[in-house]
Amino acid sequence: MAACYFDVDGTLVSTNLVHPTLYYLVNQGTPVQSALRLGKALIQAPRMAVAELLDRRTFNELLFSAYAGMSEDRLEVLGEDVFKEVLLPSLYPSAKALVAQSLAAGHDVVFVSGALECVIRHLAKLLGATEVIANRLEIKEGIATGKMLRPVVAGPEKARIIRDHARAKGYDLDECFAFSDSYSDVPMLSVVGHPAAVNPDRRLALMARAYSWPSFDLSQPI
Amino acid sequence: MDHPSLVTLDRDSAPRVVFAGDRLVEVDLPPGTRCIYPKPPLAGIKDPDAAIRYAINHPLGSDPLHAKLRPGMRVTIAVDDISVPLPPMRRPDVRERVLTIVLQMLADHGVDDIEIVIALGIHRRLKAHEIRHIVGDKIFDAYYPERLYNHDAEDKANIKLVGHSDHGEVLNLNRRAAESDLLIYVNLNFVAMNGGHKSVAVGLCDYESLRHHHNPSTIRASDSYMDPAGSKLAHDITRLGKVAHKALDIFTIETTVNNRMFDRNLDFLMKNEDDLTGKERLLSKALVAATAKLPQPARQAIFDKFPAPYELTGVFAGSAEAVHQKAIQRCFDQYLVPISGQADVLVTPIPFISPYNVHAFLNPLLVQVLAQGYLFNMYRGAPLVKKGGTLILLHPCTDKFDHEQHAPYVDFFHQLLPETRDGMELMHRYERKYASNPAHIQMFRNGHAYHPAHPFFMWYWGENGRQHLGRVIVVGADNEYIPKMMGWETAASMEDALYRAKGGQARSLDVTLLHVPAIVMGDMTPPSAPKSSSGGGAS
Repeated sequence: MAACYFDVDGTLVSTNLVHPTLYYLVNQGTPVQSALRLGKALIQAPRMAVAELLDRRTFNELLFSAYAGMSEDRLEVLGEDVFKEVLLPSLYPSAKALVAQSLAAGHDVVFVSGALECVIRHLAKLLGATEVIANRLEIKEGIATGKMLRPVVAGPEKARIIRDHARAKGYDLDECFAFSDSYSDVPMLSVVGHPAAVNPDRRLALMARAYSWPSFDLSQPI
Repeated sequence: MDHPSLVTLDRDSAPRVVFAGDRLVEVDLPPGTRCIYPKPPLAGIKDPDAAIRYAINHPLGSDPLHAKLRPGMRVTIAVDDISVPLPPMRRPDVRERVLTIVLQMLADHGVDDIEIVIALGIHRRLKAHEIRHIVGDKIFDAYYPERLYNHDAEDKANIKLVGHSDHGEVLNLNRRAAESDLLIYVNLNFVAMNGGHKSVAVGLCDYESLRHHHNPSTIRASDSYMDPAGSKLAHDITRLGKVAHKALDIFTIETTVNNRMFDRNLDFLMKNEDDLTGKERLLSKALVAATAKLPQPARQAIFDKFPAPYELTGVFAGSAEAVHQKAIQRCFDQYLVPISGQADVLVTPIPFISPYNVHAFLNPLLVQVLAQGYLFNMYRGAPLVKKGGTLILLHPCTDKFDHEQHAPYVDFFHQLLPETRDGMELMHRYERKYASNPAHIQMFRNGHAYHPAHPFFMWYWGENGRQHLGRVIVVGADNEYIPKMMGWETAASMEDALYRAKGGQARSLDVTLLHVPAIVMGDMTPPSAPKSSSGGGAS
């Protein structure tokens, strides 16, 4: 038994972590609240830009701090809206076929995403994924603290998460597949027997070429 | 007296100039070596368009095409892909000529529901410019991409069960073709294994339908798959082709071309080196020197740049079997060179191109396909080399795979071959699993990679050669591990290879050189003793 582990942002959808966050921020209860949250986020922007270059986990932590103070109910309700308004229009034309092929080959399909679980779960349902491993916000008394629950799904941590997940499920990692668009996911790609670069950035494309990993683009319809 | 294309070397013979990949090299072969040269190109038909019109109006075993047409009917035209001819031919491609006439006839009869499908089987998808090369600008601009497209063997929704053979084999075909009122197949018969029932039953089918005959046991039992009469592969495909012909109305158009692979300034590459003019000898030396110095991409670019000036030698239309008989005969007229006496050693230069690497590098697995597959099978009657004999091939066997076209080959070659070279084991243990690899299926459907089952089939393609040959020795390899992975030896020189072929015994060897790449087949008089194993062909 084996699984196909998919990164989501940039791999199956063209959006990144920032797009859903912006949607949350501009869809607050009142325009004033939205403006305030956007303002705070803008102040954080330079730090996030540096973090994006240096450490994906720090970037995630800074980004998700923008959710501090939002109610759990609102996160849930907006999660479905974010999926419909942001993710769905950004779904790559051939993403569905790739997931379907993975299922047809008899593999479980697991999404491993740095995005919020309450958003990714809807995409998983649409595409028929078996399981979702994504980031979750810490909630205290029904309100998000702006911190993330451990483990934070990002960068090298994804590799450890996949390894543990495969062990728990009894998958043979040599038989498992992993799909990602980003060089930052090389650790995740390296722990499975069948890594593949999907819509790869320049550095990942070079690496895929060097190691003869399959490399393809989902932005064109079949 | 020997056929003019059969040359026996003597002490004064010049070195032979042959391909070793994309290099030209000079090879000294011992006196007494028999060289089988391609026959001179047959004369091309002077008015190809008239010949095509005549063929479709005077078909074999079928009503004329015009009699099958009625307004409003649904017609699909399937066309052979770029794997034939090699290298791709100068425009207009024969298929463009045929399509132009057929489409005009369809228009004249009020047929406008027309789609053109490139019959890939599980070959890679052609790029737009490759399709344009085959069908020409006018047809491309009018039909691509909505009504002119690649067959997708993995598009389950557009694959339809057509029927079962009397052996219980399933035949799934392209849905559009299967649901058309008329299917017209436009073929180019480059070698004798092309065409016939293979066109529809392989070109438009899916992986499941291919497995019935694309397997080691079928190839092992094919006593030359270049000779349909002795080819179990051909017999098995015919069985499924008949299922297609029972279910569908199919009008077949087969064409043949001569073997003018090189333009007039390079056609000396097909000639006896002792008969070259002074100018040709000079040019030959220059090419040997230039290809030795140029980097590989430059060499490949040179050979990619010049399409072959093939000429139409035959066009036949009607029912598949009647048409194919004629086309095969025309192929044999061009390719067969009569010869008697099997050799101890067959020397085969390996050129830069095969049906599966157009616009890409000839990777080691494809070297194997050419050596133990296609070139070994270039015979009728009996193999050119004795059972247990030696094949000496010339090629660098570089460990290089095209990232786009041959991505699935890498896994096969570097993961599976070190485990086993046994075709049966590869098929039973690994084929199905690898054939469903989602990443490689995606590259096949979305990109331009071969189907992940294709490298398996390529290995099986060498099965009858592997069973027949005692040993394979590579001359000119740039490494030792790649040949070793395929069960081959390496030798530093032809002299060394021939010495090894003797096995340390003081005896003379019968050596035969197959002077490819222009296609040539040995019409071998079978040895008088009954054959021991590999042959036979099936019902």
